Amino acid sequence: MRRYSLLLGVLLLLVAAIGGCGGAATPAMQMSSNAPADTDFGTTRASDGGLFQVTYTPALEPIAINELHQWTLHVETPEGAPVDDAVIAVSGGMPEHNHGMPTEPQVTEALGNGDYRVEGMQFQMGGWWTITFVIDAAGQQDSVTFNLKL
Amino acid sequence: MRAGRWLIGVMVLGWLAACAGGPATPTWSADELRVLHSLSLDALKPLSPDPSNVVADNPTAAALGERIYFDTRFSGNGAVSCASCHMPERHFTDGRAFGVGMGTIPLNAMSLVGAAYSPWQTWNGKNDSQWSQALIPLENPLEHGGNRTLYAHLLAEHYRAEYEALFDPLPDLADSSRFPRNAGPVDSPAASAAWERMAPADRDAANRVFANLGKVLAAYERTIVPQPARFDRYVASLDADGRPQGEAVLSADEVAGLRIFMGKGQCMNCHNGPRFTNDAFHNTAIPGAPDVPIQRGRIDGVVRVQADPFNCLGAYSDADPDECTALRFMVTESDTLLGGMKTPTLRNVAETGPYMHTGQFATLAEVIQHYNSGGFAIQGHNELTPLALTDEEAAQLEAFLHTLTEEE
Repeated sequence: MRRYSLLLGVLLLLVAAIGGCGGAATPAMQMSSNAPADTDFGTTRASDGGLFQVTYTPALEPIAINELHQWTLHVETPEGAPVDDAVIAVSGGMPEHNHGMPTEPQVTEALGNGDYRVEGMQFQMGGWWTITFVIDAAGQQDSVTFNLKL
Repeated sequence: MRAGRWLIGVMVLGWLAACAGGPATPTWSADELRVLHSLSLDALKPLSPDPSNVVADNPTAAALGERIYFDTRFSGNGAVSCASCHMPERHFTDGRAFGVGMGTIPLNAMSLVGAAYSPWQTWNGKNDSQWSQALIPLENPLEHGGNRTLYAHLLAEHYRAEYEALFDPLPDLADSSRFPRNAGPVDSPAASAAWERMAPADRDAANRVFANLGKVLAAYERTIVPQPARFDRYVASLDADGRPQGEAVLSADEVAGLRIFMGKGQCMNCHNGPRFTNDAFHNTAIPGAPDVPIQRGRIDGVVRVQADPFNCLGAYSDADPDECTALRFMVTESDTLLGGMKTPTLRNVAETGPYMHTGQFATLAEVIQHYNSGGFAIQGHNELTPLALTDEEAAQLEAFLHTLTEEE
């Protein structure tokens, strides 16, 4: 009975090692992002210096690669007051690949109530992206970086 | 004990039965399945309008464009048409390293299949529409070798009714003092001097006819869209758990190659989406070709497209400036522009060699060997890293690429 249990155990281990059928034993796809485990993929973040609370809303949901689209950026103070009349610069890239975006997005319009239209957003591959907004408002500058997983 | 061995035997047999076919019937994870569907032709969206071309989706324009596309009269020697280098039977390429028109063009003819989807045309993206691109070879002395008043005369002689059904009437070309037979801003000194002598308003009229010629050619080219390949049938055969159903569509090696394409091969960094291209510009350390100038790629394309009088923002475009999104948000300064070439589609790739912008590689095996090695950039920043594919993996990747050929 003991030997029988041992054999059964070995068999179970064998099946587990083979991992079921066929391709399941091959390595996982490598194109998923390798962002650090604690990466915040939230769409609302405090700016680095704490001056602003910033939220982005893509017009394309979910964001698809290779499609030009717009975002709306909402900027407010930590107390929740909308920040208008800001000058905002946009940049982005893939930290793992050391390259930028295929486009140069711009904030093209202040929509009021702390909202800004961002045009020219496009991503040319899946993976981990970072998008940074440098925000100048009322003589103060701060920046915020969003992480995206596409 | 005997019973135990018997039981083990049954279990092993059961496992073997469940796994019949082994690696030939893989399962794909939910993430992988999502990626596979993103590559399938089913994911191809309808073509977006081209606001710069008012006849882009006009079937009458496409029909006229198709006739002119194959019409060798639209050249300086009566022997060159668009189809001389973009041959339908070769997936709109020509099987040569360099295009051959009135002379030899030291560039590889890109496939037109699905090209209408791209915001940029040609290897360096020097055009932001198919209609503005079509004008370049028409006036290149090595390609069609004509000029813009010649094309206006040819339209009047052969397609006047069809043209005037789509656009304003042709100008009064009979007056050869206003519209010489050969005039245009081209290499020919005589044609160039004749162009300079023309009245500005007449030059503008000739430009408009020339642009319209490009627009009907583009209307036809927009109808050249990818057709399903064996790969698409394979994706369609996968059930919700990522298991192929029914008769095997891809071999075990082709499936292994697909897995490399999606992972270790890093191919999808650029060759993604249902056309297997991100339409972006990349420096992948492609070596130079003997006896031809080194192409500087996107860094020159940016300058060319900005200066092109036929671009989306120009006087002959039908678009509102706001609609010229490719130009408005174009990357104009970056260390990635030098040596950057547009990612070509991989649909039909096995049938469209030789490869790269000057046909540097004759075979897919050579292409894969280059990417596997990581290359060495002759200019700019090399985006490649070595892949460490084994010979078997390289062969499997090549086998997969053959599954992207359109089925009849």
